Amino acid sequence: MRTSAIRLIWAAGFFSLLVNSAYALDIESWKTKNGVKVLFVESHDLPIVDVRLAFKAGSSRDGGQFGVSRLVNALLVEGTGDLSAIDVAQKFESTGAELGHSSLRDMAWVSLRSLSDQKLWEQSIDLFARVAALPSFPQDAIDRDRQSMLISLASREKEIGSVAEDAFFKELYPGHVYAIGQEGTVEGLKSITRKNLVDFHAQYYVAENATLAIVGDLTLDQAKKYATQLTQYLSEGEEAKPIEAAKMPGKGKVVTIPFKTSQTHIQMGLPLMSRKDPDYFALYVGNHILGGSGFSSRLMQEIRENRGLSYSVYSYFIPMEKSGPFQMGLQTKNHQAEEAGQLLQSMLEDFIANGATAEELEHAQKNITGGFPLKLDSNKKIVEYLSLIGFYHLPMDYLDRFNERIMEVTLDDIQDAFARRVHADKIIRVVVGEPS
Amino acid sequence: MKKLILFVLVCLSAFPVFAKTEEIVLDNGMKIIVREDHRAPVVVSQVWYRIGSTYEHDGISGLSHALEHMMFKGTQTLKPGEFSEIIAANGGRENAFTSRDYTAYFQRISNDRLELCLKLEADRMRNVIFLPEEFDKEIAVVQEERRWRVDNKPKSKLLEQFYATAFLTSPVRIPTIGWMQDLKDMKMEDAAAWYKQWYAPNNATLVVVGDVKAADVFSLARKYFSGIERSVIEPPKPRPEIEQNGERRISLYGNTASPYLLMGYKAPVLLDEGADQKEIYALDVLSGILDGGQSARISKNMLRGDEIAVEAGTSYDPFDRLTGLFMFAAVPNKDVKPEQLEQAFKKEINELQQNLVTAEELERVKAQVIAGKVYGRDSMFNLGMQIGMLDSVGLDWRLLDAYVDEIRSITAEDVRRVAKKYFDQSQLTVATLWPEKEQQKEAENKGEAQ
Repeated sequence: MRTSAIRLIWAAGFFSLLVNSAYALDIESWKTKNGVKVLFVESHDLPIVDVRLAFKAGSSRDGGQFGVSRLVNALLVEGTGDLSAIDVAQKFESTGAELGHSSLRDMAWVSLRSLSDQKLWEQSIDLFARVAALPSFPQDAIDRDRQSMLISLASREKEIGSVAEDAFFKELYPGHVYAIGQEGTVEGLKSITRKNLVDFHAQYYVAENATLAIVGDLTLDQAKKYATQLTQYLSEGEEAKPIEAAKMPGKGKVVTIPFKTSQTHIQMGLPLMSRKDPDYFALYVGNHILGGSGFSSRLMQEIRENRGLSYSVYSYFIPMEKSGPFQMGLQTKNHQAEEAGQLLQSMLEDFIANGATAEELEHAQKNITGGFPLKLDSNKKIVEYLSLIGFYHLPMDYLDRFNERIMEVTLDDIQDAFARRVHADKIIRVVVGEPS
Repeated sequence: MKKLILFVLVCLSAFPVFAKTEEIVLDNGMKIIVREDHRAPVVVSQVWYRIGSTYEHDGISGLSHALEHMMFKGTQTLKPGEFSEIIAANGGRENAFTSRDYTAYFQRISNDRLELCLKLEADRMRNVIFLPEEFDKEIAVVQEERRWRVDNKPKSKLLEQFYATAFLTSPVRIPTIGWMQDLKDMKMEDAAAWYKQWYAPNNATLVVVGDVKAADVFSLARKYFSGIERSVIEPPKPRPEIEQNGERRISLYGNTASPYLLMGYKAPVLLDEGADQKEIYALDVLSGILDGGQSARISKNMLRGDEIAVEAGTSYDPFDRLTGLFMFAAVPNKDVKPEQLEQAFKKEINELQQNLVTAEELERVKAQVIAGKVYGRDSMFNLGMQIGMLDSVGLDWRLLDAYVDEIRSITAEDVRRVAKKYFDQSQLTVATLWPEKEQQKEAENKGEAQ
């Protein structure tokens, strides 16, 4: 009895979704004197400040010396001026502040979370500025971090998921800066000298190449003052040069890598999406239907729910500065690998040929727009979005207009974009395991 | 990733002030806890059941988790997968997870959709149907999950065997995902019976965090859950761990480039009979002294300093339902033997037993706990997790109000005392993961000797 009314509720409940999704952010943006782009959102609900300083200094800037970008990023926290790594950590941690840092193919960043209590917060500002701009690159730390990266590279060769991921990028991006990831290569890491690190830092960790995102319990005036202080030691420099687009493969292929396992990993895809891609929204919504929405996606329905072939199955576009990958993947028992791989391919081909249904589009749009506030329900998520917007030069109203752009996508847009951009006959398939 | 398993929940994380948290208990025994948070027009709804792998026994390992998968496979009025479709069509995100002590189902959704979530959860508390074709497919999915999560990851495999070694009679030894053979032998009827036995309002707690009014949530909860009758819930037999009278050691050879070392000493939890709370909080502080950041001792002495490890850390969870471990884990640097890591950890332990930690270290740990408590409030989901985890094991979530004060009261003497009491060689279990080539080398050496 109780449950018979459930369907009525959800069928009737769709229409107020857009009211909530109008929830928007008030972003203030300016440039510091030395040229750092700043994005700020004021939020006094919690006594916290979050800071994220990003540079175009990911592995796409390695320049053939694979691993240099990650090593530079790791060494930021290994000392500045007379302070050792331990001194630096002690100063932040004694106030409860959290210093973070990492790097990917496009972006490298250093982040800070602190209580906004003025006495505590102000203890971190100058040190943060020094960590980002004035690392001392001590030789013992260089050797240690290099060693640690070499060990982690060796581990990757034994982890099936990493083997598949690394091979996928190598096959997708021959001759392109995305071929090798932030982890680098053994030869690259071994060849790096202290001077290489200093030079890389001097070229890329500069104001014109930086985006500073700040969210939290500060007024605009305070944020302006602190933004200047947080970036005061960065030299002006230049923005990194744009990345070249990757070449679309001439024709598709299957690359099989033998690996001792009971479960084969499959990854397949193409290099194709940029952050400012004109087809971004059509491809995003289309992919949501194909394999991007978890349980309601076609891939999950067919491959996991109907056939029990895999625990996880997905497809997504990773928008990058240029030619980010379209990627589909799953893991399955060895003897099912051929069947599962073929199924991924044929489901993609079917989607390109026949597109989505009106019902699927409606569901996808409701799911994406209805879920929009969830993207921004914490300071941490907001600071990451600000950083992305600044880093990729997205329009300041990107978030405000997000739902509108999603709703504008039509069935024709999806089919047209997939047909023009996703060439099923060129798909690269990487299979790692013991497929039979 | 859908349906994750939390193997180890590490403590010393952030605990919020629960000033605005309210609780009621329905007549059928179901608890409703609401925490208002008005920063964004969203809500997190979590239904927690007090059932997990520590309620299982030999031969049925993984049953709670497999049942969690089946909870998405239809009710008397919903088709398999329809629950997820409805949530998705309403802009929601949903998931579920199983741990040793609980199974929880959650939705993150626009705040005007809470009623829908409660209605659906009330439905699947009692009306799940078990279809053989769905079970057969889903148990295959669970086996793929095990291959992916454990069988293909030697470190996870080591952890699983480590627990099964450190605990002989306590169900803490049972892996939440289940042993593969148990998954292969599992029957649909087992899951259906488990559902009937444990899924009841008096074995569940609803936790709601978000942009809602507590009073509204209470009336919605009454509307949908109060009509469900309570069950007789027989708690599992206690099966306490027998006393450990000497160290235990295991090795595992696997497809790994580096060895990996796990060490664990039996350590108390708050729920232990006659547990001394002060000792437990002191162990928590001790964990922060060793591993609470880059300036803590392990980073200072083992990662930097002697450079013998490339990864190293500790974990201790005082909020588990059953007695657990204070754990040490590390990956050695090149040409360093796991034995050296063990010695290095023991050197740190010895230092803590002999000498008092410095005032500066204590202050740092306390500052981190205080800040962490505030940071924890940034995530509604985390807030819900903290409340739900405590409640599910039978601890009062209000206990967290006192957490910071308890930590503040810990002295250097307290830390030394617990280091002496609990880091006793006879309470130690050590597990080492070795690259397969080491095994081959060993075999070759033996061959030569013969």
